[in-house]
Amino acid sequence: MILPAVTDALPAHPVPPLVAELRDVARRFGDRPALDGISLGLARGEIVGLIGRSGAGKSTLIRCLNGLDRPQAGRVIVAGQDITDLTEAQLQPLRRRVGMIFQHFNLLSSRTVAENVGLPLKIAGVPLARRRDRVAELLELVGLSDKAAAYPQRLSGGQKQRVGIARALATDPVLLLSDEATSALDPETTASILDLLQRLNRQLGLTILMITHEMEVVRRIAHRVAVLDAGRIVEQGDVARVLLAPRHAVTESLIRGLVPELPADLRAALVQPGQGTEPILQLDLVGDLARAPVLAWVQAATGQAPRLLHGGLSDVQGQPFGRLFLALGPVDQTRVQAVLARLRAETLDAKVVGHVRTTH
Amino acid sequence: MSAQLIELIGKGLWETVLMTGVSGALSFAFGLPLGLVLVTTDRGGIYENLALNRILGAVVNGLRSLPFVILLVAVIPLTRLLVGSAIGMAAAIVPLTIAATPYFARIAEVSLREVDAALIDAARAMGASRLQIIREVLIPESLPGLVSGFTVTIVTLIGASAMAGAVGSGGLGDIAIRYGYQRFETATMLAVVAVLIALVCSIQWIGDRLVTRLAHRG
Repeated sequence: MILPAVTDALPAHPVPPLVAELRDVARRFGDRPALDGISLGLARGEIVGLIGRSGAGKSTLIRCLNGLDRPQAGRVIVAGQDITDLTEAQLQPLRRRVGMIFQHFNLLSSRTVAENVGLPLKIAGVPLARRRDRVAELLELVGLSDKAAAYPQRLSGGQKQRVGIARALATDPVLLLSDEATSALDPETTASILDLLQRLNRQLGLTILMITHEMEVVRRIAHRVAVLDAGRIVEQGDVARVLLAPRHAVTESLIRGLVPELPADLRAALVQPGQGTEPILQLDLVGDLARAPVLAWVQAATGQAPRLLHGGLSDVQGQPFGRLFLALGPVDQTRVQAVLARLRAETLDAKVVGHVRTTH
Repeated sequence: MSAQLIELIGKGLWETVLMTGVSGALSFAFGLPLGLVLVTTDRGGIYENLALNRILGAVVNGLRSLPFVILLVAVIPLTRLLVGSAIGMAAAIVPLTIAATPYFARIAEVSLREVDAALIDAARAMGASRLQIIREVLIPESLPGLVSGFTVTIVTLIGASAMAGAVGSGGLGDIAIRYGYQRFETATMLAVVAVLIALVCSIQWIGDRLVTRLAHRG
């Protein structure tokens, strides 16, 4: 089911390719810089993961995008409008174009599910009859039509977050801000909420900025990731690239466990190359290449069947990605170079990470 | 029980209900806005204004620290100005309202403060104005607390109204003091006390029922 465009009580504005942009934004609380020269653009229809440890400035950053927080320097542009210097009253219509969901859902306990979802419309002055139609649509969209009359206290965490999502979408925003939306949920519920967000992104072309401290969340649905540390973006890029080749220590610590690493016993057994040793090849696989006959290519170049020591395949946004560690057998340096050349010709990222004593 | 006594108590009950009802309604009407101002002008509030907050806080504390009997006498000039007389039921409503308003304002303040700041954040993120935040979030979310606080206020007013007998207000408390205490008519006093207990219990019961109905917890 596809939602109709804008609820027509709300004015439609043309949306530029960049739905939102932070330009060199800085914000400090007392002596402590919360944001320090942040520049980030969100393209239309993109899911961007903003990851960092707690206290990295994630919440402050996301709150700058709907004016709940204000930078002391830099510009914030949302839906083509520079909102940096807007007054609180001027920000109110803008906020209807930016939805927000929260870690603890922030539903009103005094209102039913339908009333919670309809609240942004009521605030926007949409008449009751139209509100009711729109709320019914939204509840169907998030799969909660049967809970319209229930109070939030009766709902599970996942259901509450669905209500939060429906509420955030009520005024048909161009941007959805997700503030640790799955951090209070169990893994199964997290998965279903992430699936829902991904579906909304695809169906409605909704742009989503999600802040999280879990790389797993980013891996599942984000197109792009930015790593925030001490108020700075220390790394950003394509999710598979960042996972396989992190460039910053913070990123490395955040992705630990998501990408296979050489097991500790093997790492301890690494020796200098020489007589009776064999090289260990680390092979990164992304996208279609992950399904290619890479082992056959290796064997063709070395003349020996490689042995799989460790590794794993996972997915990013439904695309396969992963890393393998192969023992190549007792081959000489020229063969190793041939293997690397062959794999790099296929645009695979491969390197020799060390040598172990041959046992075969 | 003689018909005379029943008539006496009936009249007293009506006077008590009227007196506490009117002063209760007035103290709600004045106390809720006062409570809202106390909460919203405090640090981090949506209308943060610390100077106003401190001044109002001091006024509320000052009024609340006055013993009711003293207040009753102290406001006589104001009472004369407002109702034209310092004696009678209408005259008692003025000091009762003045005493109950800051009392209820503090109780309302406590309930309003319990509304999670995250809900105010969520409302701001929806584009709510400050008045909309008060109307759509602060008041509905704290309504169970406000109602239970108002019940406490009404019960306190019933107690205070007995002292208002000193200015000829009438009411059940006045009967208990004049007939029961001053004339040693123990039967009258016991009857009045029984009616007062029934009245307070009924009000508390109604208040509790309302709170249960309003609080959608669990």
